[in-house]
Amino acid sequence: MTAANFRLSGQGRLGSARPVGFSFDGKAYKGVEGDTLASALLANGVHLVGRSFKYHRPRGFLSAGPEEPNALVGIHRDAARRAPNVRATVQELYDGLTAVSQNRWPSLERDVGAVNDLASPFFSAGFYYKTFMWPKDAWARLYEPRIREAAGLGVAPHLPDPDTYAQRFAHCDVLVVGGGAAGLAAALAAAESGQRVILCDEQPELGGALHFENGAVIDGQDGWAWSQSAAAALRARDNVRVLTRTTAFGYYAQNMVGLVERITDHLADPEPTAPRERLWQVRAKKVILATGAIERHMVFADNDRPGIMLASAARTYLNHFGVAVGREIGVFTANDSAYPAAIDLKKAGINIAAIVDLRDNPSGPLVEEARSLGIEINHGRTVVRTGGRLRVTSMTIQPKTGGTERTIPIDALLMSSGWTPSVHLFSQSRGRVAYDEASRRFLPGTYAQDCASVGACNGAEGLAATLAEGYAAGEKALKELGFTAKASRAKVEKAETWGGGMLGAVPGAGPEKIVKAFVDFQNDVTAKDIRLAVREGMRSIEHVKRFTTNGMATDQGKTSNMHGLAIAAEVLDKPIPEIGLTTFRAPYTPVTFGAIVNHAKGELFDPTRRTPFHGWEEAQGAVFEDVGQWKRAWYYPRKGEDMHAAVNRECKTVRTSAGMFDASTLGKIEVVGPDAAKFMELLYTNPWAKLEAGRCRYGIMLREDGFIYDDGVVGRLSDDRFHVTTTTGGAPRVMHHMEDYLQTEFPHLDVWLTSITEQWAVIAVQGPKSREIIEPLVEGIDISDAAMPHMSVREGTICGVPTRLFRMSFTGERGFEINVPADHGRAVWEAVWEEARKHGACPYGTEAMHVLRAEKGYIIVGQDTDGTVTPGDAGLDWAVGKKKTDFVGIRGLKRPDLVAPGRRQLVGLKTVDPKVVLEEGAQIVADPKQPIPMKMIGFVTSSYWSENCGRSIALGLVEGGFERMGETLYVPMADTTIAVEVCGQVFFDEKGERLHG
Amino acid sequence: MAEAATTAARRGMLDHRSDVINGVSLVPAAPAYRMSLRARPDDLVALGERLGLALPTRPKTSASAGERHALWLGPDEWLVLDLGGRDPMQDLAGLQVLHSAVDVSHRNTAVLVTGEKAADVINAGCPQDLSLQAFPVGACSRTVLGKIEIVLLRTGEDAFRVECWRSFAEYAFSYLADAARGV
Amino acid sequence: MLLIHCPYCEEARPELEFRNGGEAHIARSTSIADESDEAFEAFFFIRTNPKGLVYERWRHIHGCGRFFNAVRDSVTDKFLHVYKAGEAKVEPSALMANLPEHGAYANVPAAELNAKTPARKRATKDGEA
Repeated sequence: MTAANFRLSGQGRLGSARPVGFSFDGKAYKGVEGDTLASALLANGVHLVGRSFKYHRPRGFLSAGPEEPNALVGIHRDAARRAPNVRATVQELYDGLTAVSQNRWPSLERDVGAVNDLASPFFSAGFYYKTFMWPKDAWARLYEPRIREAAGLGVAPHLPDPDTYAQRFAHCDVLVVGGGAAGLAAALAAAESGQRVILCDEQPELGGALHFENGAVIDGQDGWAWSQSAAAALRARDNVRVLTRTTAFGYYAQNMVGLVERITDHLADPEPTAPRERLWQVRAKKVILATGAIERHMVFADNDRPGIMLASAARTYLNHFGVAVGREIGVFTANDSAYPAAIDLKKAGINIAAIVDLRDNPSGPLVEEARSLGIEINHGRTVVRTGGRLRVTSMTIQPKTGGTERTIPIDALLMSSGWTPSVHLFSQSRGRVAYDEASRRFLPGTYAQDCASVGACNGAEGLAATLAEGYAAGEKALKELGFTAKASRAKVEKAETWGGGMLGAVPGAGPEKIVKAFVDFQNDVTAKDIRLAVREGMRSIEHVKRFTTNGMATDQGKTSNMHGLAIAAEVLDKPIPEIGLTTFRAPYTPVTFGAIVNHAKGELFDPTRRTPFHGWEEAQGAVFEDVGQWKRAWYYPRKGEDMHAAVNRECKTVRTSAGMFDASTLGKIEVVGPDAAKFMELLYTNPWAKLEAGRCRYGIMLREDGFIYDDGVVGRLSDDRFHVTTTTGGAPRVMHHMEDYLQTEFPHLDVWLTSITEQWAVIAVQGPKSREIIEPLVEGIDISDAAMPHMSVREGTICGVPTRLFRMSFTGERGFEINVPADHGRAVWEAVWEEARKHGACPYGTEAMHVLRAEKGYIIVGQDTDGTVTPGDAGLDWAVGKKKTDFVGIRGLKRPDLVAPGRRQLVGLKTVDPKVVLEEGAQIVADPKQPIPMKMIGFVTSSYWSENCGRSIALGLVEGGFERMGETLYVPMADTTIAVEVCGQVFFDEKGERLHG
Repeated sequence: MAEAATTAARRGMLDHRSDVINGVSLVPAAPAYRMSLRARPDDLVALGERLGLALPTRPKTSASAGERHALWLGPDEWLVLDLGGRDPMQDLAGLQVLHSAVDVSHRNTAVLVTGEKAADVINAGCPQDLSLQAFPVGACSRTVLGKIEIVLLRTGEDAFRVECWRSFAEYAFSYLADAARGV
Repeated sequence: MLLIHCPYCEEARPELEFRNGGEAHIARSTSIADESDEAFEAFFFIRTNPKGLVYERWRHIHGCGRFFNAVRDSVTDKFLHVYKAGEAKVEPSALMANLPEHGAYANVPAAELNAKTPARKRATKDGEA
């Protein structure tokens, strides 16, 4: 062991593993394969790895696992892959790993922010709440920007995440969370009869606490060796899926557990297509929680210096990684389980300066063994402070009742105040924890879901009990699933126990002392802060938590919650169970956004729907707009044209020759059955019974409250078959609405609904030349005006494929809508286009469609209506069957407020200056000179420049609008007020003569 | 499906897309006849006789006869597929039995997913249990894949037919491809 | 994500396949046009939203497409009963009788949170399991 080499030969399990190079804060180091970043840094004698969040105090490694609150670093792979706040105790080492420390400037050793530590008397609990209240406006201007700059931990990358993430829904009979001894036993038992078992563990290898407990003997084998052969046996089974590097982070309803599997973070050179992580959503018939326990630190003054760590962590570094965390090590404990750490280290040749044990008369085999190894044991004593700036250099001890102090030089200090069962997932499952007075622990009490807790998370205090609980739970799960197979049980021949300990601050960090005895390392919360919170009136642990932020960091108080609770209970002079426990929330450890988003990014963020004509439209240079998930051709600019010019030309062309429009996105529903007309009568305001086969009608659909829900043209194909169209955006909800009524209100009707939106591609050909254009292509249909008048539908063929040909118009011109089976759409479109261009026609997009329909005063549901507009308000009273006795909305239309005078009604608006185009959404007032806030009497719903009218046109909803014809109203804008004249809704061809040729 | 020379050509949504990723092959299905059939229990025998197969009445099951398959989608709903060029709409023409038959041949398209990890790939976006116990060969269900609705039919231990509406086909294919890269 | 038993598909399916349809057993009058304002208000606007058993409609929209009814405990989110549209409502008393013990939330009052004794026997000492 050289000056900077703390790797002990003959210790640990990495043996002669391959050397691996890495860097930390720009300095190159060597580790070995199998190391974590933490173990590799410790092997190099590096303890200082970070600065604390609030006080910028130097920090090292507290733990050797996922509970780590201190050793958070940035891991940089490239400019875009810079993961902040990675726990160095979890990050596996790979060749070329680059890690940087956080929360320090200019360097980890000399950090300017550390003045916060000196100023810490001012940063007491609730500091921000109290300090930045006055003057009021300074908050937004001054305090908040500064605090935001200083706040946060770690730096997020500025580039998009180049990694991919995957997801899997999985089902199993038994999910075992945790691959320690208990979990292995449970999985072995549960797997015995071939049922599907998933076993997950957050570490790269199964084994759990056997990583550090090196004296155990199971079935004649060393405990670790047993765990590895058990793991191998499980992996060999077809019915077992073993997921390592996989954290169960959330326990949701009905045994759904969220797991995140880290796939590439430990690899030097991952395959470029491999996902970085995979989110598993596991639905298990039975869940067995074998989540273990987490060792607590001791709460004493300056317990946060680098080099001070949990006893079990030091054992893990020694027994698994072969690394000594120091050469002159102190131990401070209140229970037995720190003794094996001292014993293991001593046997490995490391000097144990002293064990300081708070207990008055520690006894038992471990104490005896320590003594016999010549380790000095100071019982009934406490550590009152530690020395050292960037690394602990000494501990000062004193009898816990006071008296002479003694300072002992050390370079590491191991501590243990006992073990906290990990009831996080149990609690997330809505199980109720129960406080066990004897052992001062919260343990699983009442279960809310079909799960069981086994091992240390259930309060087991030794390996034999742990294994027994695991096997029993696995067998019980199988039995409840209807199977009886029993796995042979391994026998524990030698093991340790881990009961006992203490909660709260140690003597010497007592109430009267102004010392920094940290409870929560990650959020820099001290025992004093918690006492202060209680003194300032916080009574509930939920309030104490929020006031002090104890347990609110990303480690979620894994090491701090119980200490915080105990201190609050002590000050309040109440038993712990009366203070309560704060809520355990998912995620157990932080989960990346990438894993949550997984496949849903880029083109998979949301489906993009394209019509069969999309490619043609694209080739014609169409500009597309998003309409819901659809891409719709918006306009077709020619060379040199802007949107305006293109739309003007398209509008003119349709009315002088013809235009072709892609209407495929409109919703279509086939209503089939002998009661089809009856059903239509109930769902639409219009009468349908007498509509002849072959004819169409414009239909309005209401909600029960009387407001317009959707509209569209409906064709009757035969007595028992209607072809219904809906708005593009309304298609799914209209279908749902119709199914709802059919299934639940009118189930006696013999009729069925089938969505055919995508069965048919729809080519609208509109304009005076429309009939001439399609005539050469249509077979079997007489499309003369006499044989096929406006608002009729025929079935026949076009270009040799079946068509449903509608004579209808949304432009006010003679028009046809050619429905053809979607796969044939493109070819038919091209054939129609060949004819259309002979007549000087053009394709037109949704913008021209909007202008053309506005010229005719045709409404667009959702644009000219907003869910509070009745057919009467929209001037569509004619579409409501007056003789009907029932339809959805019939009663709503009679509501007092729907028949009251002064309702907003849809009218035309002409700007006094014809060149001015109103803004859609602009408010309308009667008197522009009234004081602000003005009384708004309506707003503009549609507004366009109409090249066909040679002026601007608009529609708007205006109070009592139908009574205001000719009246001048005003549209106040930011810099001007626009005068408008109220007029009818129709701006072009008021008599509608063009529809018929 | 033979087409006359004068007939407008057919163009599918997934023409030119097919892939093999991590041993999972993703291939667009050939054009097929598809019919959405709705009927009441009393009329199933008559309908089945015309269609040449007994309509399945158990949830999540399908029935097959040659190239024709009837998929149970709901208690009164079947998706009838004919991969052999026989139009089921023609078979039911003129039948005086209460039912609704609607041609949806072009509404849907399908991706054929095959390979040892086919179920894992689909389970990247489909929340159903696709083990052979829960979803055996011949099982079918309307369900979801990511953000879209699909009809899933297991055609073999390692083979599925994923039906979706045509405008969702590109999403479905891309989702399955992304999932295949991640299995 | 809830797991919902569909009475038509006769198995439990993931919530992703379903859509909630609001309160159940609100029948539309067959002579709705003649309803009084009060009756229409009650029918269209008023919902119960209780803490406890809720009778609600669900549609297996991405499955069999059927609407059905369910009784769910809004405290625990557990489904106590599902039944086809048109089937009779089961009264709460009948369902409460075999209600499983409620699970807990960690934010219930402290006194309630901590049962005096753990609800089931645990092994706390080595070898006692």
